[in-house]
Amino acid sequence: MSIHILFEGIDEPGLNRLEVYQRRGGYQALRTALAMSREDVLGELLTSEIRGRGGAGFQMGKKISFLPRGDMDKYLVCNADESEPGTFKDRELMQKSPHMLIEGIVIASYAAGIGRSFIYIRGEYDYQADILEAAIAEAYEAGYLGEQILGSDHSLSLVLHRGAGAYICGEETGLLDSLEGKRGNPRLKPPFPAIQGLYQGPTLINNVETLSTVPHIIRMGAAQYAEIGTQTSTGTKLVSISGDVQRPGNYEIALGIPSREIIYGLAGGPADGREVKLWFPGGSSAPVLTKDDLDVPYDFDSLAKAGTMLGSGAIIVVDDSHRVLDVAYKLAKFYAHESCGKCVPCREGTNWTVKMLQRIEAGEATPMDLDIMASVQDEIIGNCLCVLGDAMAMPVGSIIKKFRAELEEHIEAARERAGIGSLENVIPVGVADAHAGPLPVH
Amino acid sequence: MSGYDVPRFGHGSRVPGWDQAADLTKDPAVIPDSATTLVPETLRAGIEAAMAKYPERRSAAIPALHLAQELHGWCSPEAIEQVACVMRLTPAYLISVATFYDMLETRPKPRNDVFVCTNISCSLLGADEFYEAMVAAAAEDPDVGVRSFECLGACDIAPMASVNGEYVGPLETEDAAQIIEDLRAGGPVLEAKQLRFRRSVDPGAVGP
Ligand SMILES: Cc1cc2nc3c(=O)[nH]c(=O)nc-3n(C[C@H](O)[C@H](O)[C@H](O)COP(=O)(O)O)c2cc1C
Ligand code: FES
Repeated sequence: MSIHILFEGIDEPGLNRLEVYQRRGGYQALRTALAMSREDVLGELLTSEIRGRGGAGFQMGKKISFLPRGDMDKYLVCNADESEPGTFKDRELMQKSPHMLIEGIVIASYAAGIGRSFIYIRGEYDYQADILEAAIAEAYEAGYLGEQILGSDHSLSLVLHRGAGAYICGEETGLLDSLEGKRGNPRLKPPFPAIQGLYQGPTLINNVETLSTVPHIIRMGAAQYAEIGTQTSTGTKLVSISGDVQRPGNYEIALGIPSREIIYGLAGGPADGREVKLWFPGGSSAPVLTKDDLDVPYDFDSLAKAGTMLGSGAIIVVDDSHRVLDVAYKLAKFYAHESCGKCVPCREGTNWTVKMLQRIEAGEATPMDLDIMASVQDEIIGNCLCVLGDAMAMPVGSIIKKFRAELEEHIEAARERAGIGSLENVIPVGVADAHAGPLPVH
Repeated sequence: MSGYDVPRFGHGSRVPGWDQAADLTKDPAVIPDSATTLVPETLRAGIEAAMAKYPERRSAAIPALHLAQELHGWCSPEAIEQVACVMRLTPAYLISVATFYDMLETRPKPRNDVFVCTNISCSLLGADEFYEAMVAAAAEDPDVGVRSFECLGACDIAPMASVNGEYVGPLETEDAAQIIEDLRAGGPVLEAKQLRFRRSVDPGAVGP
C-alpha cells in the first residue's frame, strides 16, 4: 500500500551524518549520474516527469531545459524558505537527511551545467540550518562538493543562506532579491529566473523535496519512478497534515490516493464526535474543500479539477467546532502582514479584507458586504507581480462561495450582539470612523 | 513587514508624520569612514567571511545584520553603522533591508525571544489562549519578549512556539510559566517538548 522513498528509515539515528548516509547507499546515485552524460541525466529527469513540490507543480526537467546552454555563470537555488502555513515537510527532510538534499543538488546542477548553488533557508529554522551547515562541510571534505567532484569535470560550490523571516521570500523572485541582499520584493516576470535570475544569470530554483527526490530517480531509474503515482502526477509526495486531526505530521504517500485515506486513514481524522467542516489541500493558499470532497484523489490534476490545488502538499483540517469566520480572518491577517506592499491590489486588497471581516465581527456588516468582499478578491487575482495576493483571494473567495449561509448567520448574530438590530440601523460606514469600510447601500 | 509598526488609521492609511524621524536639514548618511568607525574585530571578521561566500558582497547583508544583532542585541544605529562600514553600503540601505524582515529588529528588544505561532493550524488548537498566557507570564520579566508569529513550519506540534530558536510544542497554558522558569535557569527550555527529539509519525517510515 504505502511506498516510501524519501522517508524510508528517516528516523535512523545519525542519518544526518555522512557516514551513516553513505552506509545506507548514499551518494551512489551521484556516482551513477557522473558516469552518465549531462544530457542523459537530464533525460532521466524529463522521463520521470517529476513536478515541483514547492507550490506551482511545474515539471523539473522542463525547467532545466529552459536554461540557456553555454559557458556563462549559472546558478541553482534550493528554496528552503518553507513558510506556507501548514507546511513543514522540508523541515523534517533537512533535519533528518540533509545529505539527500545535497546529493540531489549536485546531480541537478550536473544535469543543468551549473557551477554555483545556494540553499535559501528560512531564518527561523536555526537548528536545521546548523545541521545542513555541518553536512555541507562534510560533503566538501569528502569531495562531493567543490572542484572536479569525484574526479569528474563537474565542479560545484554550495552556500547556505539564512533568511530573516518573510513569507514573500519563498516566492522565487522575491527569494532572489533577498539572496542578493535586498528587500524581498518579487520581480516582474518574464524574464523568468531560468533566463535571468540570480545576479542576472540563468537560475534553476527548486524546492527541497523536489531536489531530495533526484537521487532516488537516478537510483531507481526514471521509468520505474514514473510508475508510482498517476500518469500526470508521478512519484510520491510528502504531505504535511495539521489542524483538527488526531495524528498530525508528515506522511509519504503515492500521488493519487483518495484524500480520505490521508485525512482519516493516516492522520486519524478529527476527534471523536467531530467531523470535517473544511480543509485546505495544499497549504493555506489553496481554495478550500468541504467534507463532500474527501474522496478526491490527492494529485495535481484531480485537485485542480476540483477547483483547488495541491500546492505545497499541506493539508489543514478544520472541524465543525470552529467558525468559518475565524478561519477567514486568520487567513486574511496572515497575507496582509506578509504582503510586501509592492503591488496595490495585494497591499490594499489584503488589508481591506481584514477590515471587512472585522466589520462582520463588530456587527456592522450586511450580507451585501459579502458581495463586496468577493469582488475585492476578484480584483486581486491576476493583477499583481506575484501570486501572494491571489493566495489570499482564492481561499477567501472560496470560503465566501461555499459558506455564504454561515457567514450570513454570523452577520445577523453579530448585529444582534452589537444591539444594532435591523438592517436600517446599520451605521453608514465612515461615520463611526474606526471601522471605515465600503458603504452599504440604503 | 517587521516588528516596526507604522501607526495607521482604522482604515489602513498611515498616520501623517509616521516617517518624521528623518531630519531633513541634515545630509543623508554616507558610507561610514573606516578610519573613524570603530568595528569590533569579531564582527568585522564575521562580516568579511560572509561577504567572501558570495559573488557579490551585498548578498551578505542579511547574514551581516544577523551578526550585528547578535552582538548588539538589536539593529541599533551603531550596529547598522558598523555593518555599513565593513560592507561599504549606506546605513539607509541597510535600514531598508532590516525593516523588511521580521527577525531583524530596528528597535531595542529584550534578550530572549519567544515567538508564539498564532497562524491557522496552531490557532485551531488553542494558540491564541497560549499566547495570552505567555504574555501574562512574561509581563514581569524585562528580559523576555513575546511576539505572536506567523506559521513557523511546525504545525505538527501545534500549538507551538520558538524560544530563542528552539521549537517546542504542543503547548498548554501551564507551559508558559515553565518557559519563563527555564529561561531564567539558563538551561534547555521545555526539553520534553522539543521538536528536535520528535520521531516521524509515518508508520511506513520506520527503519529498514
Ligand atoms: C507567496 C509565495 C510563497 C512561496 N513560498 C514557497 C516556499 O516557502 N517554498 C517553496 O519551495 N516554494 C514556495 N513558493 C513557490 C516558488 O515560487 C517556486 O515555484 C518553487 O520554489 C519552485 O520549486 P519547485 O518547482 O521545485 O516546486 C512560493 C510561491 C509564492 C507565490
Ligand atoms: S500554524 Fe503554527 S506552526 Fe504552522
